Amino acid sequence: MSINQPSAPLVGAIEKSPKISLIGTLAMLVEAPGEFDLIQQGRIWALADAASSWPNVQEAVIGVTNVMLVFEQPPADIGMLGASIVELWHRLPGRKADGKVIEIPVIYGGELGFDLPAVAKHTGLPAREVIRIHSEGDYTVCAVASSPGFGYLHGLDPRIHMPRKSVPSLNMRAGSVTIGGMQTGVAALSSPNGWNAIGWASVAMFDPQREQPSLMLPGDRVRFRIDRIEL
Amino acid sequence: MIEILASPAFNTIQDLGRHGARGIGVSTSGAMDPVALAAGNALLGNEDDAAGIEIQTFPFRLRFQEDTTFALTGADHVSTLAGLSMRPWWCKRARAGDILAIGTPRRGARVYATFGGGLDVPRVLGSRSTHLRAGFGGLEGRSLQTGDVIPVGKPPREAARRFDFGAAPPDVAIPGAGPRDDGVLRIRVMRAGEYDLFSEAMQARFWSTAWKASARSDRGGYRLTGDKLTLDAPIEMRSHGVVAGVVQVPPAGEPIIQMSDANTAGGYPKMAAVIQADLWRLGQAAPGSFITFRDVSYQDAVAAMAPVNDYLASLRAAADLYRQL
Repeated sequence: MSINQPSAPLVGAIEKSPKISLIGTLAMLVEAPGEFDLIQQGRIWALADAASSWPNVQEAVIGVTNVMLVFEQPPADIGMLGASIVELWHRLPGRKADGKVIEIPVIYGGELGFDLPAVAKHTGLPAREVIRIHSEGDYTVCAVASSPGFGYLHGLDPRIHMPRKSVPSLNMRAGSVTIGGMQTGVAALSSPNGWNAIGWASVAMFDPQREQPSLMLPGDRVRFRIDRIEL
Repeated sequence: MIEILASPAFNTIQDLGRHGARGIGVSTSGAMDPVALAAGNALLGNEDDAAGIEIQTFPFRLRFQEDTTFALTGADHVSTLAGLSMRPWWCKRARAGDILAIGTPRRGARVYATFGGGLDVPRVLGSRSTHLRAGFGGLEGRSLQTGDVIPVGKPPREAARRFDFGAAPPDVAIPGAGPRDDGVLRIRVMRAGEYDLFSEAMQARFWSTAWKASARSDRGGYRLTGDKLTLDAPIEMRSHGVVAGVVQVPPAGEPIIQMSDANTAGGYPKMAAVIQADLWRLGQAAPGSFITFRDVSYQDAVAAMAPVNDYLASLRAAADLYRQL
């Protein structure tokens, strides 16, 4: 049967399976097929939720449309494990972005938002317009990674995408609100950073003494509120 | 209590690492040579993951403020206790006031000082390891410095018994674990996710090159120089979890091996991953040393841990027996 016949299933309806690969004997990476969108991310969250309760899984580490399983001991049968992950992937309903809503008041521009003029120039928009678009966005925390408490946010308006810097800022302050490529975020630590600082928020993104050390968790929603504008 | 008298830079308190918090962006930290740390603890009758000091810059000196049992493991070094020379891979009882001085290793990069009862600093997110970048764990989240006073925990019961004995280091006791005469460290790896995206020529180059751990190698990762590995077409990877030992290839083509303090996420193509049984050996590679990679299967990688586990188990059994003689 040819797929051109009306009764044939659409090619697009044939669901692709995730890519599964090992990183040594104690870690397995499961990557969702297809685009980076919140549907695939939601399926990754659901898979991570399920896998983290499996025996021998020390942790399910969520990435951007992927999850890494870290094992206590090398799995006895990696083929069977991979097959059950694929089976689960097709069966599990995805999880919605049903976490808490985090509101982050931002001082846009000024001394700590030193890259705002460059973002305005690159996007061809006035600085106030960049701020308006950024603060009106509705963002979803896809993953927390890279440094303690740093959330990978989905939902940046394409009009204010801005490439990462080729030379990172040497010491960007914790709390810096940044744009890197098609993503935005809040720096959790003071450290070198290649993203563009457009503002600053006096919010502790991470505190190891808190019961939940990371302010952001996968599935949370984030809104940036204009606290002050310094142009 | 012990008092630090001299500690150049980047000497930190470490245990076997902080596991289970990667999902909130917290890297594991932990000893670069976990076998040496566990062995030092086994000599003293401590749990394997009691916290000790990872010494990677020298000379290092400390003073014991009370009678304390301790062990020195890891790199092959020269040290003295109260002015008398002490052998590496040895445990002893120090008297209050004794000074321990540890000199630059003749071979290897990191010396581990462990103490009966372990260093008694607070656990943060389940571990006493220092997380330097985030500034928590260990002693106030930082490197040790002159004048620091660190509490030592309550030693195990049999600590009152006999001390002053040693063990064969794992690179001597485990066949094939030691460096060859040419000084090149042979490290076993498994192929990782993007290996097949590299051309055959690039794959061959990866296996045949003697890679040099550059001067910019540290607990975060080893940056390798020697040749360039390039993809025919660059790919964009989404940020994903990584573990210590992963060999990533950034666009510039020089591989990086992520180590204990690596970020929890990476986004570069992964060529390979160092097998668990060889991570401790890599942890003793000093900047400037040469490394070659050898391909092993999953089954061989799993099997390779047996000699390491056997070594630690027999060391612990022998030490327990010896203390009770």
